[in-house]
Amino acid sequence: MRAKDILGKSGEQAAAEYLEASGLRILDRNWRCADGEIDIVAVERHALVVCEVKSRSGMRYGSPLEAVSRAKRARLRRLAVQWLNAHGVRFDQVRIDVVGLVYEGTGGFTIEHIRGVG
Amino acid sequence: MALARTYSVALIGITGHVVEVEADIANGLPAMIMVGLPDTALREARDRIRAAIVNSGEKWPPHKITVGLSPASLPKRGSWFDLSIAVGLLAAAGQVPRVALDGVMFFGELGLDGRLRPVRGVLPAVAAAAERGFRRVIVAEANAAEAALVPDVQVVAASTLAAALDWLCDTPGLRGGRPAAEWKGSQDLHGEILPNGPDTSGQVHSVPARSGCGLPGTAAPATATAPDLAELLGQSLARRGAEVCAAGGHHLSLLGPPGAGKTMLAERIPTILPRLDTAAALEVTSIHSVAGTLPEHVPLLTDPPFLAPHHTATKAAIVGGGSGIIRPGSASLAHRGVLFLDEAPEFARDVLDALRQPLEAGEVVVARSGVTARFPARFTLILAANPCPCARAAGPAEGCSCSPTTRRRYLARISGPLLDRVDVKIELEPVGRTELLNDRNFAESSQTVALRVLQARERAAHRLRGSPWRLNAEVPGSELRRTWPPTPGSLRVVERSLERGQISARGVVKVIRVAWTIADLAGRPRPTRDDCDMALGLWLGVRR
Repeated sequence: MRAKDILGKSGEQAAAEYLEASGLRILDRNWRCADGEIDIVAVERHALVVCEVKSRSGMRYGSPLEAVSRAKRARLRRLAVQWLNAHGVRFDQVRIDVVGLVYEGTGGFTIEHIRGVG
Repeated sequence: MALARTYSVALIGITGHVVEVEADIANGLPAMIMVGLPDTALREARDRIRAAIVNSGEKWPPHKITVGLSPASLPKRGSWFDLSIAVGLLAAAGQVPRVALDGVMFFGELGLDGRLRPVRGVLPAVAAAAERGFRRVIVAEANAAEAALVPDVQVVAASTLAAALDWLCDTPGLRGGRPAAEWKGSQDLHGEILPNGPDTSGQVHSVPARSGCGLPGTAAPATATAPDLAELLGQSLARRGAEVCAAGGHHLSLLGPPGAGKTMLAERIPTILPRLDTAAALEVTSIHSVAGTLPEHVPLLTDPPFLAPHHTATKAAIVGGGSGIIRPGSASLAHRGVLFLDEAPEFARDVLDALRQPLEAGEVVVARSGVTARFPARFTLILAANPCPCARAAGPAEGCSCSPTTRRRYLARISGPLLDRVDVKIELEPVGRTELLNDRNFAESSQTVALRVLQARERAAHRLRGSPWRLNAEVPGSELRRTWPPTPGSLRVVERSLERGQISARGVVKVIRVAWTIADLAGRPRPTRDDCDMALGLWLGVRR
């Protein structure tokens, strides 16, 4: 495994723990289909949360949140629909969240969670 | 999350409108959105400002940033909002105390490295800000002297964004680089505005001395290489005409063969014009500031401008216009000075006719979608033309081969209505042998003529005190008849010309104006019959 993948994996783990700690119930992780992958699928009250996790080893290339482009968000919306269809469930509300993590050394991350990015 | 406000100015023509720049930082994916009718250059500010902030060692807020420019209906153009947006953004992010922004106006373009770049139009912008009660402005160093021309405004000259931030935070030198210098605009005893040096540094920033300082209050250049009226040989009538035009602000047309001295005379007219007074100098400097034609290191233009556009100039170049930012044309740049159209018949006809309206109104109005820009354009028009297209000397028995029709057509390119607005029409004869050899000793220098012009202008200004006009050429006809009629009976010949149809009603008014100027030059309290007859002669010129 390459370093960036290890960072990504541990970032996703940290993000999942963070979301659970803040009251979201995680339904699915690393769900894949032909169009791509959803990092985390969770439920917060009546809303389905499709969550993208971005991890960075530092701020040299800007905040990890900036890496979630307009095209990426559009794809997440499509993937959300596909997840709903694949599982045959309905939700009152579907939301796209982004969790940005910056590696701070010794296994710790600073975590930023942005709700409802479109 | 947080909101901060800064202020800048949008320029429409030379009129400044204060623009409120709001920066809002909210939760969301990092992005910067700009609203409020920005043009492309202003939209690009997003990337410029980001690079400038990061390279100044500040933190770029990784949130959703919304920048609003209001009033939103006013089109905002160019890069001069950079500084106000950057500072507003940092204030919203809490990196600059918001109280420091009270009553401060920002004006400058940012480089990617955080350098503060000078922009055009600082003088009218700062003047507009001062009118709206702003007492402090932050500008680029190169704009400081110009901004300091506005009285009662504290000017802060910053070389970089970091220096500007240090000044706002009152932490000089913290962010490195040269700290900002404070200037204070002031007026000296002679009513002349001279910017003082920066208060803090103790360096002497004096306004460069004018090249010429011959007579007090005149524009006569003292250097040997500068043009002087004494170099013009012969042409006593043309000299007289030029003197009258300089004294009264009348328009002049010079008709004559090549080499007679038309261009030479026109180029020397600025040397006999008085220096601009403070109000006029500020007006002229504002126009040139917007056009970006201010010479470096000369914040205030005190010499009357002289503009000689080439005859291929377009209508937009002469009267102003252009897409995007509306720029003043030559007519406005020549405000309070001279607009010289050499080879006038070679100009496109619509260009010449576009001058008719500014000649009457003293201003140019350029309308574009959403905005109307007004530029003052009270200039002295000087037309020069050859009598025919072959341009061979047209004296007695010389080889002009043009038929009368050709010559008439050539001169007809200067339309009648335009010529009707020209007060003094002079026909120059080719310079003769005797003049070439002998006249040298008797030709008056610019200095001598300038003194007479100055005295005549003072007489006119004294008579016109309390009125909005300064020059005889500016007085409207109705006012002229009511308040300042010539000596009774002196208009007899003029009236006869009117009856014969030689002169229009507008022409009569123009003749009376010129008669007043002739009287002013001679020191007579009122135009006499001789003055009126002379003015009529100048107005009629020689028609071909």
